[in-house]
Amino acid sequence: MDPELIKDCVHCGFCLPTCPTYVLWGEEMDSPRGRIHLMGQHVTGTPLTGEMAGHFDACLGCMACVTACPSGVRYDRLIEETRAVVEREHERTPEERAIRAMVFALFPYRRRLRMMRLPMALSRRLQPFLDRVNPSLGAMAELAPPPARPVRLPPLVRARRRRRARVGLLTGCVQGEFFPQVNAATARVLALEGCDVVIPPGQGCCGALSVHSGRPAEARRFARRTIAAFERAGVDAVVVNAAGCGSSMKEYADLLADDPAWRERAEAMRTLDLAEFLVELGPLADRHPLPISVAYHDACHLAHAQGVRSQPRALLGGIPELELREIAESAVCCGSAGTYNLFQPEPARELGDRKAERVLATGADLLVSANPGCTMQIAAAVRRAGKGEIRVAHTVEVLDASLRGLGPGTLGGAARRARGNS
Amino acid sequence: MSTLERLTARLGAALPPEAVITDPVRLRTYECDGLTYHRATPGVVVLPETAEQVAAVVRLCAEFGVPFVARGSGTGLSGGALPRTDGVLIVTSRMRRILEIDIAGRRAVVEPGVTNLAITEAVRDQGYYYAPDPSSQQICSIGGNVAENSGGAHCLKYGFTVNHVLALQVVTPDGEIVELSEQDAGYDLLGAFIGSEGTLGIATAITVRLSRAPEAVTTLLAAFTDIESGGQAVSAVIAAGVLPAAIEMMDALAIEAAEAAVHCGYPPGAGAVLVVELDGPRAEVERQFTAVERICRDTGAFEVRVAASAEERAAIWKGRKSAFAAVGRISPAYIVQDGVVPRTALPEVLAGIDRLQDEYGIRVANVFHAGDGNLHPLVLFDDSVPGEGERAEAASGRILDLCIEHGGSITGEHGVGVDKARYMPRMFTPDDLDTMQLVRCAFDPEGLSNPGKVFPTPRLCGEVPGVRKGVHPLVEAGLAEQF
Repeated sequence: MDPELIKDCVHCGFCLPTCPTYVLWGEEMDSPRGRIHLMGQHVTGTPLTGEMAGHFDACLGCMACVTACPSGVRYDRLIEETRAVVEREHERTPEERAIRAMVFALFPYRRRLRMMRLPMALSRRLQPFLDRVNPSLGAMAELAPPPARPVRLPPLVRARRRRRARVGLLTGCVQGEFFPQVNAATARVLALEGCDVVIPPGQGCCGALSVHSGRPAEARRFARRTIAAFERAGVDAVVVNAAGCGSSMKEYADLLADDPAWRERAEAMRTLDLAEFLVELGPLADRHPLPISVAYHDACHLAHAQGVRSQPRALLGGIPELELREIAESAVCCGSAGTYNLFQPEPARELGDRKAERVLATGADLLVSANPGCTMQIAAAVRRAGKGEIRVAHTVEVLDASLRGLGPGTLGGAARRARGNS
Repeated sequence: MSTLERLTARLGAALPPEAVITDPVRLRTYECDGLTYHRATPGVVVLPETAEQVAAVVRLCAEFGVPFVARGSGTGLSGGALPRTDGVLIVTSRMRRILEIDIAGRRAVVEPGVTNLAITEAVRDQGYYYAPDPSSQQICSIGGNVAENSGGAHCLKYGFTVNHVLALQVVTPDGEIVELSEQDAGYDLLGAFIGSEGTLGIATAITVRLSRAPEAVTTLLAAFTDIESGGQAVSAVIAAGVLPAAIEMMDALAIEAAEAAVHCGYPPGAGAVLVVELDGPRAEVERQFTAVERICRDTGAFEVRVAASAEERAAIWKGRKSAFAAVGRISPAYIVQDGVVPRTALPEVLAGIDRLQDEYGIRVANVFHAGDGNLHPLVLFDDSVPGEGERAEAASGRILDLCIEHGGSITGEHGVGVDKARYMPRMFTPDDLDTMQLVRCAFDPEGLSNPGKVFPTPRLCGEVPGVRKGVHPLVEAGLAEQF
């Protein structure tokens, strides 16, 4: 916790109304301003108490406060450093430790995730029981999407027209395992827009989960491996379709700041969110009409952490006959926040319910988001509200349907749901 | 067991679980409001959810003779919500329900923790808004607005909080729940309560006036090479009989800060910018706009921009409304002042502030509501440099002296709080202050409601809990009566 960064806060309170936990509880210590105050107490000699750690753990890391702050406080860096201090100095209960060990041993590894697919799909029926054993296990069971048909992507997808760029595609852990069709759509759209798409087979987890959970050493290991994989691919840019991954990859240079050689390699790698990249590239392929109403959900790690708000809207708005609807309170987190809905299931559920209510109020046919975590979180909240399965899609799936001239019926997992029921 | 501990032991029965904070680390996060210069860790913090719970806490305070302080969102800039180490901090941030919206009657009833902007957001679709707009409107609470009689950029035309509150439900310092309304016959107790800075009780429900959104709004930004010509433009606009919704001025240093913070894109090289907003019927706004644009050019504006869309309007205002916090980008610490001067004295006072900068060797950024002469000098300093804080403090005091000398006031809209209490005797005689105390004592004879604020030193009715002072000389002489 850098005291200089703490000093930047002038205590104006402009962050309060954007903070999900302040919105829920209305307490100073569960607001960004209050948490920075707690960090200040710690660096000036107050030992890290259980209460303090609890307030830091309750932070979603959504970065809405960074957007709201007029003084430019780097809360993102502050909370990252703070989480590492919590991991070092705070003794967690054995139960907490077990759950965390399980999550960190599972989610960053695609092969392990794949082995868990069947048990996770079955566990939804066991959810009430699991919830009683441990709320985190209950949340995991509730969130797991129905199994998707695996998609095998080739190491290179060639541009379908005049080549304008050669890009690398990060396939991600959760995206790749639970939403493989999103990666397939990404490769197709990029190829149709004139990009050679390199999909290095050796890529693993980008380290986002670790860096956001106070495990910097592990994060650095994942980061170095990812950088090396894309260096070998020889690409102009690395394109990422998962908000959380993109946001951490853009900060690799900060993460590896203590290692000059790796910092340079990190700086040399250009990471862009898919929507950001496509808008920068400009449209080339024909957009076919897609008569459907879409509610666009801002993923925090896209809107707040990367400042990407207009680009996905521009991509969707550029599709003929598509009607774009805004969700009220779009800047407030849905409660997914990486591993938050697993470690803090209660507030996550409250936030999920709040978000689901506002998404349903739009009356849109389809919910679109650029982060797999948000999609699972909101879909689970809609189920909880007794409204059945909401149709969800990634921005790029909608674009893919338009470029290929498919009907709106193909979107939103209708086909997948049928499979899941069979 | 101390008095406070005995009181705390009984809070549990009056409040929901999780509503009483006693952990020292948590308590410290409440040690200051938006003014960090003054800090005090509260004895205990409570987070009530209803008026009855507030009343129950206040009754306990009265019973034990323990002082209490009300706090909303903690964004005040005069230390009005500075806690008492020996007292209870009553935080209204969980009382944020909008109780009633009556569009036909143009009023809404809200709880004190509702934010200023939330009221507007709740009625915007129906074409209405809540007029007072402090720069912190997205977070400042309406209860705090009532306590401070808050203003904002648009108060030039529409007036302050006091002009937009129709009735209040108030918990008095003895724990009784009473209603004050503008319809009451007799003394204007509602008017006395608004702006009383928490010394007369705690508002627990506020009935606000809803205003019809104007047919047309035009916002223009005029850039001048120096602040004097900007000041001339302000006088000329008012002299021409135009009453803008707002006229705001920022000097070069304030522009630099806002630019660094929110990239508002104000014209480069400007020594001062003027934000003028005109609203009302379209025909009138168009006519006034032509006049204002001409006046700006005549007085030396080198660029005049007009917001062509709601986004551009928001961008112009963002620079202005973020200015205070934005100063954090160019200075490690600052003191924001809130002096008022007659509009005609603006050039002279600004020149005086300029001289003070040199005298004290510190920088002052100026942001102000030019239309009503409400200055917000931001005195910048580095708190890690020994002595600089004291110099900034001294310069701030001199700025207030300057305002008083020119027939102005030490506060326009931020309140006196704890920060400016010691300047009160520069503006008022001891008799004036004693008379004000009589009003206070009529509501709060024990002096338990936000003691230590507004008045420089305890003079009457016991600022120290449990200690009664003697009868006031005016009362003794039969010249005044204490209720």
